[in-house]
Amino acid sequence: MQISEVVNLKEGTLCYHCGDLCTSLDIHTGSMYFCCNGCKTVYEILQENNLCEYYDLDKNPGISQKRLDKAVSSRYSFLDDTNIIRQLTSFTDGRISISNFAIPQIHCSSCIWLLENLHKLDPAIIHSEVNFLQKQLNVKYDPSGISLRQIVELLVSIGYEPQISLNDLENKVKYRSNKSLYYKIGVAGFCFGNIMLLSFPEYLAIEGTLEHGFKQFFALINLLLGTPVLFYSASDYFKSAWGGLKQRTINIDFPIVLGLVVLFARSTYEIATNTGVGFIDSMTGLIFFLLLGKIFQSKTYDALNFERNYKSYFPISVTVKKQGIEKSEPVSNLEAGMRIVIRNNELIPADAILFNGNANIDYSFVTGESIPVQKVVGEIIYAGGRQKGSAIELEVIRTVSRSYLTQLWNKDTFIKKDEDKFNSLVNVVGKYFTVVILLIAAAAFIYWYPHSLRTAINAFTAVLIIACPCGIALTNPFALGNAVRILGRNKFYAKNSSVVERLSKIDTIVFDKTGTITKTGDADITFTGIVLNAYEQKLVKSLVRNSTHPLSAKIYEAIEYSKIYEVTKFTEQSGKGIEGIVENRNLRLGSALFAADTNKILKIKDGSLNKQDTRIFLSIDGIIKGFFSVNNIYRAGLESITGSLKNKYELKVLSGDSDGEKENLMKYFESESGIIFNQSPENKLEYIKRLQNDGKNILMIGDGLNDAGALKQSDVGIAVTEDITSFSPSCDAILDAGEFSSLNRIIKFSKATKHVIMASFAISVMYNIAGVSLAFQSEISPLLAAILMPASSITVVLFTVLSTSIAAKMKALK
Amino acid sequence: MSVIVVLIFSSILVAGGFLVAFLWAVKSGQYEDKYTPSVRILFDNENRKKQDNEEVRSKHKHS
Repeated sequence: MQISEVVNLKEGTLCYHCGDLCTSLDIHTGSMYFCCNGCKTVYEILQENNLCEYYDLDKNPGISQKRLDKAVSSRYSFLDDTNIIRQLTSFTDGRISISNFAIPQIHCSSCIWLLENLHKLDPAIIHSEVNFLQKQLNVKYDPSGISLRQIVELLVSIGYEPQISLNDLENKVKYRSNKSLYYKIGVAGFCFGNIMLLSFPEYLAIEGTLEHGFKQFFALINLLLGTPVLFYSASDYFKSAWGGLKQRTINIDFPIVLGLVVLFARSTYEIATNTGVGFIDSMTGLIFFLLLGKIFQSKTYDALNFERNYKSYFPISVTVKKQGIEKSEPVSNLEAGMRIVIRNNELIPADAILFNGNANIDYSFVTGESIPVQKVVGEIIYAGGRQKGSAIELEVIRTVSRSYLTQLWNKDTFIKKDEDKFNSLVNVVGKYFTVVILLIAAAAFIYWYPHSLRTAINAFTAVLIIACPCGIALTNPFALGNAVRILGRNKFYAKNSSVVERLSKIDTIVFDKTGTITKTGDADITFTGIVLNAYEQKLVKSLVRNSTHPLSAKIYEAIEYSKIYEVTKFTEQSGKGIEGIVENRNLRLGSALFAADTNKILKIKDGSLNKQDTRIFLSIDGIIKGFFSVNNIYRAGLESITGSLKNKYELKVLSGDSDGEKENLMKYFESESGIIFNQSPENKLEYIKRLQNDGKNILMIGDGLNDAGALKQSDVGIAVTEDITSFSPSCDAILDAGEFSSLNRIIKFSKATKHVIMASFAISVMYNIAGVSLAFQSEISPLLAAILMPASSITVVLFTVLSTSIAAKMKALK
Repeated sequence: MSVIVVLIFSSILVAGGFLVAFLWAVKSGQYEDKYTPSVRILFDNENRKKQDNEEVRSKHKHS
């Protein structure tokens, strides 16, 4: 690498393409400066094709190209495979093909504009359309003019690398559309509106002024309009109630359906026999409100994926070397004994033995550990790591699904469905509610039976109608739906609304250590020994600039001076260290033995010396100055979280590492027995299971693939992630790492939401008691029903939404 | 008074038209992506831009 002697940097020059700070001003076209060659290339492509409007829509809209390396042209050769093409194509007739790509980098209107103008870059692309919220690109193209591989490579060249993973191939991810819910609410709304209009004369007319013929005519139309609402719009409630009965449980939908059916039957009877106008208005209104609640509850985060397993993290192809020839093969075809080649930044898809090359494996996605592990030839490398540095050759010893990490997914925990393990409070209430209502209705029937059968039936049906638990049924959708929205504003993204309710029940919190309570990425670099002066620091910075080793990069970032000297005679010895001459001084940086070049290692007084941190010794002209060490940084706010949670919850820590950090952890978590080290992914899962067998409700907070089993097994699993669009293991909720410090408030808010739900139940039960005591007298007018039922619904909706919002304010959530 | 019957049927008919329009809108996917179209509509249509420029130019010639 050539280093310019003096880098004269204009203060704060931003890359024209991506907006990152330029570290040098070498890369530019005209007056446009770029942070890296990748960004410049993208700019040139866009300029050639007259697409520079991209830069006018948003300031610096591009995606930084620094971290991508496009060096390997064969990277996408697997996309030539007809089998893979077929799986990635959603439609084709030979002349037109349609494919969908997931592109998480989509972030602004410029992205939309550029991706929808792909046809200007290649005429064989007929049409392209972005779905911003789902971060999806839909491309319609002519397969004789452009291949799928060429499209992907075109997208990569302009900085939008699509995510193609094993998961896409095995089961095409389909967007679950709730179109049918919209149809149902459309029909219900239409009928409800018309029925209300036709019922107004009945409500407003003074007794006897409405001509009898009209009364019956209106009622008949109401009945006609009400029929599709009951049998079509409310069909999901029938299904759910029937499903519950089949499993021999009574859920909240059962009393609702009972009320609806009785409403409809009694109305039909009254209208048919010319004895009354029925309660069709109340029935359709109730169904309409219930469906509104359903829509409100179904708040989803389209761009987030809560179901990801290792398959969406693993690549779909790998370079296989057979008799000296390299060929791209789908990873599912890998078998033991195959030779694979892994290049810089590529992922190791299966457990393998290192055969050739310098392995420097970054397991940060698996364990959260940010410092790469060095491996020597002959060692086993487990799947899931990413190679940093030059290409390596490996021999596969286990297939992908049998690998150490991935076999976790073969356990039954992953086969069970989420819904089975939780019984919502509303269904428990619903069960008792139904029994009580049926008893009261029966009592009314028995009470009136000696008087007359007609009155008895009237009283019986009136009780069932008026007691229809619409308030209770509306509580959950609105309270939890609003809670999910509030939590979303605080960057806590719940998979569905039941997560909030489950969160309110937990009593034990299990933390993963690395990556969850410690920060990934920017580890703290400290220097112990003789204090380095500014000049010496600059020397060190100049030296590490030449090395690609991740620790060098960390030291480079840690030194703040920007002056760089020229380095001569630079050598890098893998696994040992780096050496070079800067300003006529000989600098050595690496292991103690390497840096000192003698067996005499300077004894450095350091009280907290332990073997676990990675120490990098520095010597200048043969004299050891001291060492750099990389320490874990705990996330901001950890102390206040553990402090405020430890009184009410049992706190545990599970760590995959050895016990080097024990003393530091003890500061946050008092009990020693709750901190467990050396846990494999399976150990973590088993540990959660054991706690659950003791009757605990567990919240697991993790981040990496190794926590996936524990996250799935626990009652609520939260994945902490630095970037919510990047990979996170399957979980119930995703928490943005920047908001980690609000975790205790989120848990407390979920408790408050539960109290709101209970209070709301009490309110609707009070309405029901008032209604039932009137109904017991056997006479209810349609007007009373038409007022009482919406009134209770509206009270419940207002109460739940307002009080959850107030609860959020009190817990200092946004 | 039978005019009311006619009125009611015609009003239901009109409302039914809106219901069909709504169902069609859902079916054609207008509720699938509620964000992107709001951005897309702000992009300048290039063909129109060219036409506008030509119009401006031709006006200049004439004047």
